[in-house]
Amino acid sequence: MPSLHFEPCDLPPEAETLRGEVREFLAETMAGYPVAKRAKSWVGQDRDFSEKLGARGWLGMTWPKKYGGHERSMLERYVVLEEVLAAGAPVGGHWIADRQSGPLLLEFGTEKQRQLICPRIARGELIFAIGMSEPDSGSDLASIRTRAVKVDGGWVVNGTKIWTSEAHLADYMVALFRTDTDPDDRHAGMSQFLVDMTNPGVTARPIRNITGDLSFNEVSFVDAFIPEDMIVGEEGGGWKQVMAELKFERAGPERYLSSFILLTALIREISQNPGERAAVTLGRLVAHLGTLRQMSLSVAGMQNAGEDPALAGSIVKDLGGIYEQDMPKIAHELIGADPMLMNGGDFEKALAYVTQASVSFSLRGGTREILRGIIARGLDLR
Amino acid sequence: MNELQQMLDDTVTRLFGDLVTKESLQDAETWEESEAVWPDALWRSVEENGLTQPVTPEIMGGVGANWADSYVIARAAGYYAAPIPLVETILGSWLLSRCGLTPPEGTLTVAPVREGESLEVDANGLSGRVTSVPWGRRAGHVVVIARGGAGPIIVLVEGSSAIIEEDCNMAREARDTLIFDNALVVDSAPLTDALGRNPIHLYGAMLRAAQIAGAVQRVLEEGVQYAKDRIQFGRPIAKFQIIQQYLATVGSQSAAAGAAAQNAFRAADRGDPLLDIAAAKVVAGDAATTAASIVHQTHGAIGFTYEHSLHFSTRRLWSWRGEFGGEAYWAEILGRSVARRGADALWSDLTARQAGL
Repeated sequence: MPSLHFEPCDLPPEAETLRGEVREFLAETMAGYPVAKRAKSWVGQDRDFSEKLGARGWLGMTWPKKYGGHERSMLERYVVLEEVLAAGAPVGGHWIADRQSGPLLLEFGTEKQRQLICPRIARGELIFAIGMSEPDSGSDLASIRTRAVKVDGGWVVNGTKIWTSEAHLADYMVALFRTDTDPDDRHAGMSQFLVDMTNPGVTARPIRNITGDLSFNEVSFVDAFIPEDMIVGEEGGGWKQVMAELKFERAGPERYLSSFILLTALIREISQNPGERAAVTLGRLVAHLGTLRQMSLSVAGMQNAGEDPALAGSIVKDLGGIYEQDMPKIAHELIGADPMLMNGGDFEKALAYVTQASVSFSLRGGTREILRGIIARGLDLR
Repeated sequence: MNELQQMLDDTVTRLFGDLVTKESLQDAETWEESEAVWPDALWRSVEENGLTQPVTPEIMGGVGANWADSYVIARAAGYYAAPIPLVETILGSWLLSRCGLTPPEGTLTVAPVREGESLEVDANGLSGRVTSVPWGRRAGHVVVIARGGAGPIIVLVEGSSAIIEEDCNMAREARDTLIFDNALVVDSAPLTDALGRNPIHLYGAMLRAAQIAGAVQRVLEEGVQYAKDRIQFGRPIAKFQIIQQYLATVGSQSAAAGAAAQNAFRAADRGDPLLDIAAAKVVAGDAATTAASIVHQTHGAIGFTYEHSLHFSTRRLWSWRGEFGGEAYWAEILGRSVARRGADALWSDLTARQAGL
């Protein structure tokens, strides 16, 4: 049976030095930023903040300098990621672009696409959306029907993407469309495209989620023309590329640190001298937090060594989802707060937000069931 | 894994794989009506291969490896359910050596002193009563931490100097009560400050966490194999999504227990491992509970029989999660520390503790 071992990863000294710089930057930049906003974690948005991070050289960190990157290690990048998440910084503006769209273009894109896009991502200027799910294609991604038809000089797209985070704010979308149909191979005939969101044939309509936020969207494509040089990678190679991209999406520390601000708010409520029940509860949360951090760091170590993090990343995301969804339940049981949305305190606001948002933690980026399917395959069960 | 770890791993895998069998596990169990059989060949070959004193310095007869290297031994002891006081001997020898005492040859055990129990040492010898001493009746020597006139003293006595009341845990591993009445002290020294107040309890928890990680991996593999072999509704039950989801959950738990335990061993080399060991025992204990439950459900009725071998691992998981402090015990220690330090220190403390291991 394949090993589920997570090799311990030691951060090099330069990464710990960098941590100090990031903390100093965050203490300054984030002073006075309210807890209720910090609780949104990597879904929170602030273009200014993204550009400040970019100016410090903390976006596109591992990319080649000629594409605006900084040629630093995956481990240094990891330190920046975990520090901004632990601070509850509004990183949503650049998160998707830095995490997966940039790396995707560097791996599969043309020279022109890389030059056009990557330096701007590294400066924190571009918001990206990922067009995968459709109304009839959620976990069964291979069943997508939005079609790109080849015409003179490009492609014409018709169809609908849904649950697309930040599409209403995005500058670009990397979208997966059907370019062919092969009755014998459902994973064939899909291709990825770089879609300029100012395209008149593309309309993003925000869908309000249960927290009241406008974050995900329905995106319709009506005779949207996409120039031929905006196909990403190989025509028909979309499935393989998307699977490679999802590894970036699933492997990061955001999969266990999304509710970290609620944990710190909870500790403030508990006080320095907790009763036995509170101490036990808190200790259990922190035990799992520390272990998830070790495992997440180990995944970064794998990525740094050029190993495939798909299975390990799925395990961390699965465990992280359980941990993060337990947290609002535990906070509710322990404190007995009655969160009020308008005039509540910091803890109440964080609890209210995470209680609602945590529903999505085991849906976004691959449902719990899909992840466990990947783990089951890793166990040689399917 | 480094070279030494790989070598140790190969050795324990070969040795336990050959010598720990279903029959030997059965024979080693404590029952009211029959004497447990001591797996002498297993113990001798573990000793001959230098596995009993990996962290003891070479000058005192050990291997001189560190805890991180020795993790694979403890994990394998759990994976194979080795019915011998191996981790207890490793710990006892190390504690003696850290206090400047040369460990004896042969089986050793450590006696954790529980709440309400006490051991005193003076010129007349060691006195007191301790319960649930692992493998007490089989120990050539016993290491305890007793109260002396000037502070805690590490004391080495012969196993035969104790009056023994036999008992066993759920896995029918010997867990005996030892009564000392002015027992002859073989060797003693003040407890080294750096070991903390109750190192038997602390490092015992660390070693149990590693054993649990091994046993969780074992039940995972048994569950996977059974699911592939067992046919119902015309196909292996592994083909059913619910079974896949169950076992994937165990897979994640196994990975978490292993990561937490290994982190604790690394912290032990660095010093001041209290919070890492606490976390490891909590995470491993939680994994034990989940894994045992799911893998039994996967096995159906056959896994509930004594005839099947699954219970050798699951009964150990249920026993080990409680020994040297259960999840709630260690969670409370960790929780109090975190609360005392406050919310703002949580992240910086965590990253500092896990840095430069």
